[in-house]
Amino acid sequence: MQERLKELQAEAIQKIEQSSSLKELNDIRVAYLGKKGPITEVLRGMGKLSAEERPIMGALANEVREAIASRLETKQAELEAAAVQAKLASETIDVTLPGRPVKAGNHHPLTRIIEEIEDLFIGMGYEIAEGPEVEQDYYNFEALNLPKGHPARDMQDSFYITEEILLRTHTSPVQARTMEKHQGKGPIKIICPGKVYRRDNDDATHSHQFMQIEGLVVGENIRMSDLKGTLEIFAKKMFGEDREIRLRPSFFPFTEPSVEMDISCKICGGHGCSVCKQTGWIEILGAGMVHPNVLEMAGYDSKKYTGFAFGMGPERIAMLKYGIDDIRHFYTDDIRFLMQFAKHE
Amino acid sequence: MFVSYKWLQEYVDLTGVTADELAEKITKSGIEVEGVEILNKGIKGVVVGHVLEREQHPNADKLSKCLVDLGEGEPVQIICGAPNVAKGQKVAVAKVGAVLPGNFKIKKAKLRGEESNGMICSLQELGIEGKIVPKEYSEGIFVFPQEAEVGADAIALLGRDDQVLELSLTPNRADCLSMLGVAYEVAAILGRDVLLPESNLEPTAEKAADYVKVTVEAHEDNPLYAAKIIKNVKIGPSPLWLQARLMNAGIRPHNNVVDITNYILLEYGQPLHAFDYDRLGSKEILVRRAHDGEKLVTLDDMERTLTSDHLVITNGTEPVALAGVMGGANSEVTSDTTTVLLEAAYFNGQTVRKASKDHGLRSEASARFEKGVDPNRVQLAGERAAYLMAKFAGGEVLEGTVMVNTLKVEPAVVSITLEKINRVLGTGLEMSQVKDIFDRLQFEAAIEGDTITVTAPTRRGDIKIEEDLIEEVARLYGYDNIPKTLPVGTASGKLSAYQKKRRDVRNFLEGAGLYQTFTYSLTSEEKAAQFALETREAIRLAMPMSEDRSVLRLSIIPQLLEVVKYNSARQNDSLAVYETGNVFLSNGKEVLPDEEEHVAAAITGLWHNHSWQGEKKPVDFFVLKGILEGMFEKLGLNDRIEFVQAQVEGMHPGRTAEIRLNGTKIGFAGQVHPNVQKDLDIKDTYVFELSLKALLAENAEPLFYEPIPRFPSITRDIALVVNKETVSGTLKEIIVTEGAPFLKEAHVFDLYEGDKMEEGKKSIAFSLKYVDTERTLTDEEVTKVHEKVLAALEEKAGAVLRG
Ligand SMILES: [Zn+2]
Repeated sequence: MQERLKELQAEAIQKIEQSSSLKELNDIRVAYLGKKGPITEVLRGMGKLSAEERPIMGALANEVREAIASRLETKQAELEAAAVQAKLASETIDVTLPGRPVKAGNHHPLTRIIEEIEDLFIGMGYEIAEGPEVEQDYYNFEALNLPKGHPARDMQDSFYITEEILLRTHTSPVQARTMEKHQGKGPIKIICPGKVYRRDNDDATHSHQFMQIEGLVVGENIRMSDLKGTLEIFAKKMFGEDREIRLRPSFFPFTEPSVEMDISCKICGGHGCSVCKQTGWIEILGAGMVHPNVLEMAGYDSKKYTGFAFGMGPERIAMLKYGIDDIRHFYTDDIRFLMQFAKHE
Repeated sequence: MFVSYKWLQEYVDLTGVTADELAEKITKSGIEVEGVEILNKGIKGVVVGHVLEREQHPNADKLSKCLVDLGEGEPVQIICGAPNVAKGQKVAVAKVGAVLPGNFKIKKAKLRGEESNGMICSLQELGIEGKIVPKEYSEGIFVFPQEAEVGADAIALLGRDDQVLELSLTPNRADCLSMLGVAYEVAAILGRDVLLPESNLEPTAEKAADYVKVTVEAHEDNPLYAAKIIKNVKIGPSPLWLQARLMNAGIRPHNNVVDITNYILLEYGQPLHAFDYDRLGSKEILVRRAHDGEKLVTLDDMERTLTSDHLVITNGTEPVALAGVMGGANSEVTSDTTTVLLEAAYFNGQTVRKASKDHGLRSEASARFEKGVDPNRVQLAGERAAYLMAKFAGGEVLEGTVMVNTLKVEPAVVSITLEKINRVLGTGLEMSQVKDIFDRLQFEAAIEGDTITVTAPTRRGDIKIEEDLIEEVARLYGYDNIPKTLPVGTASGKLSAYQKKRRDVRNFLEGAGLYQTFTYSLTSEEKAAQFALETREAIRLAMPMSEDRSVLRLSIIPQLLEVVKYNSARQNDSLAVYETGNVFLSNGKEVLPDEEEHVAAAITGLWHNHSWQGEKKPVDFFVLKGILEGMFEKLGLNDRIEFVQAQVEGMHPGRTAEIRLNGTKIGFAGQVHPNVQKDLDIKDTYVFELSLKALLAENAEPLFYEPIPRFPSITRDIALVVNKETVSGTLKEIIVTEGAPFLKEAHVFDLYEGDKMEEGKKSIAFSLKYVDTERTLTDEEVTKVHEKVLAALEEKAGAVLRG
């Protein structure tokens, strides 16, 4: 009897080991542990045993049942895990397929440049002033020390609507208007971005409409050295800490002294290349100390107040920064162009 | 202005300063040097040759076979194709082994069977621009004067062993439109002296005054007119060095007399004019304004019709020159001229400017008058030219100058304190440093205490006020030496509310998938009026450059449709773009228009395309509306906005909504009219345009946190049958009004217009959500409100529950 039980245990365990499905396993359970199974049958024959042998046999039979049951459980867990595994394996996807696109547009490159400059100067305490694109001759020229018949008016042939009204040729009239609004009192610190217009035929380097950004600081003790310090911060933040700057004397009717600022050429590192016309320097902006006539016309006492102003072209800066070769791209709005300005620098 | 490095050395010692170094110094102290051109362009091995023999090439009609002495060894045979080659000429020969511009190497060659040992050169072949080559040599080889030495360096003889600095002059520095002006500038930069040119006139018995009488009627236009008479001139080529200097400065040589006037123009910056005295037809010069309609044939053989705006030089009756601009053909110096009347005058810049503009004639002369010549150099220049005419044209300069002079020459005297200079520049200069700068500039400067008083020479007409002196100090002291500081004072900067909201709008639209564009404000008359939110008369330019860019836009949409068209034509027919920018609303011709900032967008093609998962969604009205609603939500204005069915010119009559803010129209949205789409050859395109100004002027309610409901909500879905014309907005309004205070949310979740509906009816399904923030609502309470809603729907909109 004892042998028979041991035999049954070994037999059942072997079958369990060989089984490959939950159904097979269940069949084994029913076959060995069921009411009609061989173990039950063996136990039924226990009546023939002596009183001493009976409990020993009973304990052995339970031991065998438990061994089989525990083995069944382990095997079942194994088979279940394998089944899940197989199911998941069948669900495999191609992770290299493209994702569902998320729609997003982006800033036009000019806005990108303008906002960068705006933010930079806001950080230095400037506010943003805007003004009309259709301007009076007075604010566009006369208030800026460009009386009628001034030869420098030639430099910027303009779109007139009437003799006294024109499309502004620069954003400087915003400065003139802001100063006038201040009625000769107190400090001013502004940045003026906006569209301007000149009578130019559109080609790779000219556009009859373009953007400008100007800055103006007026106060009781504003010095040329302040201009130099401000421009240096701007240039390094905008173009990189390793850029060098230089100021060159220049001429603008509304500033005196006037300067132009160059930055060292990034492409050739200052050795000269076609981008910097072999000079190693690239012209970035015009600036100067506000001309006393301009201060006086706006109601400021030029003996007490001084100021500096500067102006630059976002198109030019974008062209240099991103290597754009034709100014017309900015206004054609080819989507293949616009899409290139999404990413962070 | 082109400045020859070699020529400049006649006035300033440039020892130890190369052309490149000089260019750098000039640029840094105020005048931008755009480039330094090396004139010989790498030419090597070109010498003066003597044509000993010339005969027809045996096998080619157009070639000559020449025997040329090169001053070394045996004369060589050279085949030449120039029509003007002749025996006895001194010519420029590129020897075998020579290099011409473009690294063109000369080799021994056989031309049509004949050996050729080198090349006889034209000036163009030596790198000189055709338009400045003397006319007689422009179609063939150049011929040197007989005195040229055989074997000499031809490049040196032609003055091409030189470098030219190209100055880019700002309008205030007209003084540097002359070699002498540049010399003063360079002398100041280098701290060296200026050597002035000489004029030694021999006295003669005859007097100029016996030959001519000068009268000026228009003193304001012409405060100084000086005439000299040079007799017995022999017209011919000017000396080679002089021709070379003209060519190096970009001026074509003509003959000795004309070349000398041009030479003085370059040297002194003073334009001169030479008349053929005998062709004047009178002994008189009268300067006056022209009569309206008066005619003059100028040197370029163009007949000019004059007006009383123009100043003319006349012989007393007939015009013989347009003052300061161009001479007349009737009095031009020709090869037969023997007596020259030389004009040196000061003409008013604005008068000259008007004439040169009206006649489209801008010349070296007019440019200088326009910017103002040095009043003190007018006569000197005339004297010097007369002297050179005596020297190089064999002339005899008659005694005296016939002159009318009402010109008041007063040099500017400006005082400034050292304190002011340092205060404006942020420097700590000493008076001695400032004085030294003015000494170098050759400005008279007197010091009294802290004040320096400067007398500016008349050549520097740009020096007028204190700031001009500050500028002179700054540029010669050097901007590199000025310290770097920042303005004192603490100001905090920020965007205005409008600017901040405008950025929010842009960022929202971009986040929603739209790309920002920049288009032109100027458009055509036809386009300007299309899609305008507000129709006012278009603002037209007085002188447009083209019809396409002649008026200011009243709407952005036509420009965006151009962008759609442009991209569609390039296989990008799914597009979403927007723009913020001004439109221009006229207030009448003489006043400034209202400039109103708008925001507009255009979407076309597929809105969404995820092809491998089979998701494709073309744009439609509701894509556009969703974007707008999102934007209004962002601005906190959704509750104040209405979309109302509307008709807008150029838009689809059934698919367009007017957008109202607090009941006032601020824009529209919808599909572009199919006819317009067809004309533009674009697919279905949806657009909106709003007044950004109106939109951003409106402020959202302040932001306050609202507690999250702690009690469950109850949802009731209803399907309503209504007439086809009934719009969902009307139903929603009823639901919202009647459902208060428990109705939290109501939204459309289905629309059915299919054939299961009765004719003229449709079904709209709403989902209604009821909630109370204080407690759990009972079913009965909800039912009570819900029934009220349903009753109102039936009563006010004839809506019945779908059975
Ligand atoms: Zn470079």
